[in-house]
Amino acid sequence: MSAHHPPLAELYPHRHLLGIEGLQPNEIVALLDQAEAAVEISRQVEKKKAVLRGRTQINLFFEASTRTQSSFEIAGKRLGADVMNMSVASSSVKKGETLIDTAATLNAMHPDIIVVRHHAAGAVHLLAQKVGCSVVNAGDGAHEHPTQALLDALTIRRHKGSIAGLTVAICGDILHSRVARSNIILLNALGARVRVVAPSTLLPNGIAQMGVEVFQDMRKGLAGADIVMMLRLQRERMQGAYIPSVREYFRYYGLDRDKLAAAAADALVMHPGPMNRGVEIDPEIADGPQSLIREQVEMGVAVRMAVLEALAAHLPNK
Amino acid sequence: MANPQSPILLAPILLTNARVIDPASGLDAPGSVLIENGRITAAGPSAHNQGAPEGTEMIDVAGAVVAPGLVDMGVTVGEPGAEHRETLASASQAAAAGGVTTIVTSPDTDPVIDDPALVDFVLRRARDTACVNVHPFAALTKGLSGEEMSEIGLLQEAGAVAFSNGHRSVTHAGIMRRLMTYARDFGALVVHHTEDPALAGGGVVNESLSASWKGLPASPREAEIIMVERDLRLAALTRGRYHAQSVSCTESTRAIARAKADGLDVTCGITVNHLTLNENDIGPYRTFFKMSPPLRSEDERQAMIAALADGTIDVIVSGHDPQDVETKRHPFAEAADGAIGLETLLAAGLRLVHSGEIGLAPLLAAMTCNPARRLGLDAGRLAAGSPADVVVFDLDRPWVLDKTRLKSRSKNTPFEDARFTGQVLHTLVAGKIVTP
Repeated sequence: MSAHHPPLAELYPHRHLLGIEGLQPNEIVALLDQAEAAVEISRQVEKKKAVLRGRTQINLFFEASTRTQSSFEIAGKRLGADVMNMSVASSSVKKGETLIDTAATLNAMHPDIIVVRHHAAGAVHLLAQKVGCSVVNAGDGAHEHPTQALLDALTIRRHKGSIAGLTVAICGDILHSRVARSNIILLNALGARVRVVAPSTLLPNGIAQMGVEVFQDMRKGLAGADIVMMLRLQRERMQGAYIPSVREYFRYYGLDRDKLAAAAADALVMHPGPMNRGVEIDPEIADGPQSLIREQVEMGVAVRMAVLEALAAHLPNK
Repeated sequence: MANPQSPILLAPILLTNARVIDPASGLDAPGSVLIENGRITAAGPSAHNQGAPEGTEMIDVAGAVVAPGLVDMGVTVGEPGAEHRETLASASQAAAAGGVTTIVTSPDTDPVIDDPALVDFVLRRARDTACVNVHPFAALTKGLSGEEMSEIGLLQEAGAVAFSNGHRSVTHAGIMRRLMTYARDFGALVVHHTEDPALAGGGVVNESLSASWKGLPASPREAEIIMVERDLRLAALTRGRYHAQSVSCTESTRAIARAKADGLDVTCGITVNHLTLNENDIGPYRTFFKMSPPLRSEDERQAMIAALADGTIDVIVSGHDPQDVETKRHPFAEAADGAIGLETLLAAGLRLVHSGEIGLAPLLAAMTCNPARRLGLDAGRLAAGSPADVVVFDLDRPWVLDKTRLKSRSKNTPFEDARFTGQVLHTLVAGKIVTP
């Protein structure tokens, strides 16, 4: 960061990151700018900063997630924090401990930052009210996944220069997707045109009033799009409940070469992972030249470093 | 589709001296119908004066009615799986004998028609063996279980004209909602049998005093009404395309009339049995009168005719459901549901015309252009260019149904030895005479 910039605490004046909703566009941009610097650090031999030295970060995951948890762990460690991973899915919850009990227990250990993933929408907000430290939402139910939206935005910005004016098509299981909700808010805030493409069974009620154009026909939805963002379809939704079958889903909503041809010639393909190859995306496209899927993972660490650093600026110093 | 032989090789046919009725255009006038290359080229008074082409076969129908061949969207066959009850070939012969030129088949076979390859099978077997047009409904849910949605997109591409759960209702409202939502994306019509099995409670006849005296488990009308009302709410929620396959109660038709007035894309049908028979016809436990929905009271039957006349009921079907002795020769409650009806659909319907309960044109509309339009089929009209699927019938000829002469492989007709007025003389499919 150059010297004439205001300090990060002013650019990001919040103690938590609970969602993209409520963030101002300039605050989002500040996090993205900070993440650019983190990309550079992560590419150096010496990857350590000291902003979180002496701080304790707890990754509290009520839902298993190798990718997001390790990304937050690396991000915390690169900033010098002591990081502890707690997978609650298989321990205390089974013994009957409530979310609030867990929060109180953890709070007594004086963490500085808690990163939370929970299967229920709103759980992270509830927990944030019950602890004294900063809280990062690493995904709550079908509500928000703010660091995913930030890393997607960073990836797009690095390739397209800017988010404003781009047409972004988000495709797949919008109904159950926290990634979609966070992205819809963020991309609109930064001036993109957002489309969603899905069978109506995978769209939430009132989707047309959520700041998007809605398409059930994927070729129409992808027409001229600059970014094609695929979503993961959970296995339990594939067999007749929301869609009839994998083969029918892939036929109408799987991203293959044929459907991608409807998008802009320089369209880029993204996926939050983990992918179901042959369900929502053809392996040929996932591994092809238009795919940014690997790079999204790298940007994930950078964005999480930026978020942790921004929150660190608000931690008490005595 | 039905003719292995190309219709182009057939000589033109002129049906003369006819009463030409085309409900789709409102035509009902003396005239002729000219058929060339398997299509209608002229119909009505104008066809008299056009002069038929060289080599035209003239058929003087002597004042009989010439109308579009019937389109029956309520037909169950036994192929695949129960060919001893009915094949596509035998069903098509029964259809031809009854003036039905297009049948739409239930997915309720063994295996259930829930895979694109099976739709393809039905279409190929029909092409090779049937003498009328055959269009399959595909299963709305896999195995008709009412649990998992079937591949509506792929099945539609394979040639399914609409989606039905056969004789079973989808009881789970959440699943029905998603089915209607998903089907809407593909513009697909959901056709539903409306009887809540939980409320029907194993009932085998209409809940009434006579059922109570007979000691038979009975199904209340509400088993149908609640299901129809639920479906209409879901149609409003999803904006899906919906057709109640076979209604039988006043309150069902009132709900449908309201839904139509609200602008929903909903329609309904009824079997000719429910228009012409009532619960008293069951008599001494006669199982050929056992069907789902059950035959209702005389009041309900008359209300159904009124709903047909005012346009609330769009479609009349035969409800053709072949059953043999092994499924029917049982105590009433243990016998299978269903009655055959392809060969008596028109004749039974004409009873209502002769009794003055409904006009001939509205009756025929519900058996021709209405179902064709609902299913998007090029059928059920006499407009120039339409396929020459035509029925010729003598409106006033009396006859008695002789069960032994039925074409259907199964003989479970509720009209055994019935007296009818109005008989089919010829049935033409794509310009070819298919009646024996």
